[in-house]
Amino acid sequence: MPVILATDLIVYFLVAMIVYFIIGAGKEGTVKTAWSELRKNRLAMVSMVFLAVYVMTAVMDCVRWRDPVLMTSGEASRSTDGGVIYSPQALSLLDRAASKMRLNAEKTYSAPFSDHLFTKEPVELPDGRVVRDYPKLKFPGTHWLGTDKVGNDVFFIALKGVRTGIVIGAGTTIIIIPFAIFFGVVAGFHGGFIDDIVQYVYTTLSSIPGVLLIVAFMLLFGNSGYQGGLLSQKEVFLRIFVPNDRLFWLCLILGITSWTDLCRLIRGETLKLRELEYVQASKAFGVSSPGIIYRHIVPNLMHLVLITFVLQFSGLVLAEAVLSYIGIGVGPEMGSWGNMINTARLELSREPVVWWNLFGSFLFMFALVLPANIFGDAVRDALDPRLRYR
Amino acid sequence: MLTYIIRRILYAVPIVIGVNVLTAVLFFYVNTPDDMARKTLGEKNVTPAAIENWKRDHGYNLPTFLNAKETGVSTVTQTIFFQKSVPLLWFDFGRSDRNNIDIGGEIKKRMWASLAVSIPMFLIGILIDLTFAMILAYYRGTYLDIWGVVLAVIMMSVSTLFYIIGGQFVLGKVLKMFPVSGYDTGLYSVKFVILPVIIGIIGGIGVGVRFYRTVFLEEINKDYIRTARAKGLSEARVLFKHALKNAMIPVLTNVVVSIPFLFYGSLIMETFFAIPGLGNFTIDAIQSQDFAIVRSMVYLGSILYIIGLILTDISYTLVDPRVRFE
Repeated sequence: MPVILATDLIVYFLVAMIVYFIIGAGKEGTVKTAWSELRKNRLAMVSMVFLAVYVMTAVMDCVRWRDPVLMTSGEASRSTDGGVIYSPQALSLLDRAASKMRLNAEKTYSAPFSDHLFTKEPVELPDGRVVRDYPKLKFPGTHWLGTDKVGNDVFFIALKGVRTGIVIGAGTTIIIIPFAIFFGVVAGFHGGFIDDIVQYVYTTLSSIPGVLLIVAFMLLFGNSGYQGGLLSQKEVFLRIFVPNDRLFWLCLILGITSWTDLCRLIRGETLKLRELEYVQASKAFGVSSPGIIYRHIVPNLMHLVLITFVLQFSGLVLAEAVLSYIGIGVGPEMGSWGNMINTARLELSREPVVWWNLFGSFLFMFALVLPANIFGDAVRDALDPRLRYR
Repeated sequence: MLTYIIRRILYAVPIVIGVNVLTAVLFFYVNTPDDMARKTLGEKNVTPAAIENWKRDHGYNLPTFLNAKETGVSTVTQTIFFQKSVPLLWFDFGRSDRNNIDIGGEIKKRMWASLAVSIPMFLIGILIDLTFAMILAYYRGTYLDIWGVVLAVIMMSVSTLFYIIGGQFVLGKVLKMFPVSGYDTGLYSVKFVILPVIIGIIGGIGVGVRFYRTVFLEEINKDYIRTARAKGLSEARVLFKHALKNAMIPVLTNVVVSIPFLFYGSLIMETFFAIPGLGNFTIDAIQSQDFAIVRSMVYLGSILYIIGLILTDISYTLVDPRVRFE
């Protein structure tokens, strides 16, 4: 029984977008010139490999289904009306592929690659004596980043944070793109009263500091919804599609605050495009306004959208960590690097220090944000003709 | 000049009103007083009577925007919006929902702690960022520049949280150079302030240096610089006398807008270092779900931003004679 969360759709859409650009890179056009420019940049190519690995991990974590509840005989148990009963836990492809990591839990903290627990406990020796020593691990040497307080594998927890990071980084911008394009183009193209209103709306919205607006929204809407872990009765009832997903709300709310920048950019560019000869010519030929917008304006805005998309990505991933720290990010059941940092903070004051939780989140975040920054710069340089011909 | 300033302030009035209405809609309409009462009272104590009591005690027992029971002016004034949100326009913040403290007085009191951290962080930070950016611009194209930029990109790829946690751990706990967190009155607070200032500056260096370097490089490619070089001026003189002056214009937009925000401090910094400033106040309110405080702080933050924009425009006209007052 498949389960699709609202945020899964975002990742599917992201994949569709990437496929679209790969196809576009084969044909003549802006994408192809940008791609040939990008290919010369070795650093950008390396970054792209990193990003691809992350996106693939996220995609694996977005394909999920519920297993039937098995009886001891191995048959699926059925309810009174004959329907198969499915477990309320929807495991993703990633959960299944890394099931060893997911299930091989220890008792409590253990250092990376260690073969014994981090804390001393009474251990019974073969000859019957009991001494205080570090107990042997059940799965020695298999925890690449150690285990956390309740013995879960830190590497796996960090791996689960990949989906959250990608969804926040990409999803937020994906959600707002249609709105930003619509309002920006309409305001820039028609001018006058409509322009004044759109400008007023985005100036007012952008006057409220982003973090505070997010906090306000999250306090008001963010306490409900699927937060990872088991599906509730209500969500099980929905069967396949779970629309009320807390992460989705977070994306939407982050989008409301970051919408204004893109809208302003698009409005400015549309103002410029509107006066160009080919637009004037099509106007003189009697092409309708929607026709001009669709055929001549929007295609010429796409590079702005793409640049914004890649440049905003890393900032959003970092923002998620901060929001989770304040306690208004994704729920505790959903893997997130912000939550990891939050718990790791107290572990640093232990003696001796438990450092691997913090290190794990640092490593996973850094390996996403740094390539994203490099790749974003490279895409901007490749798409922005002003920089290219300097 | 004066007429320009007055007109610029008048432009801001509809935006201030817009922010006020938006916060009111968010906090009173989307999240009704009933919801607020329920969240404050907790799941266990919710009875219709308790909710009514809470609403009456905190002044939320009125209609949101229009009071149909009253006549004349009172239909507008006897509403939550008029009683709670409109006074914000003249900075009357009212009282908090939970402990019934005077929010305005609390803001005045806590402002100084925020300023004690944010002003040194801001000034020293800009100085350091500009210096590094100028060094990189001076040696542009060399290995120093390339590796400097790489380092800046690496530094901006690390979350602020890591800088804070790492800084507290290394400088505070291991090297024991500064107290890890806390605050004191008067001059005694200095030793508590140094660590957040250092960490804040280090955390901001990556973004700052890269931005200012781009600004300088853009300026260096302009015609008047070529003229200055052609005249035979030394590179240092070209850079520090001619380019720097003109580069200050884009730098100003970036800098002036954040000056009013210094009052506000930093949400995360202040909680990590237990500095009793406004950022800390806000986070506490968020965690205890005190909507009156959160609403006041959202509004205050917006006003500070709008003031920042006005200051930016005014400083533009002062620095750049090409910008006219119309």
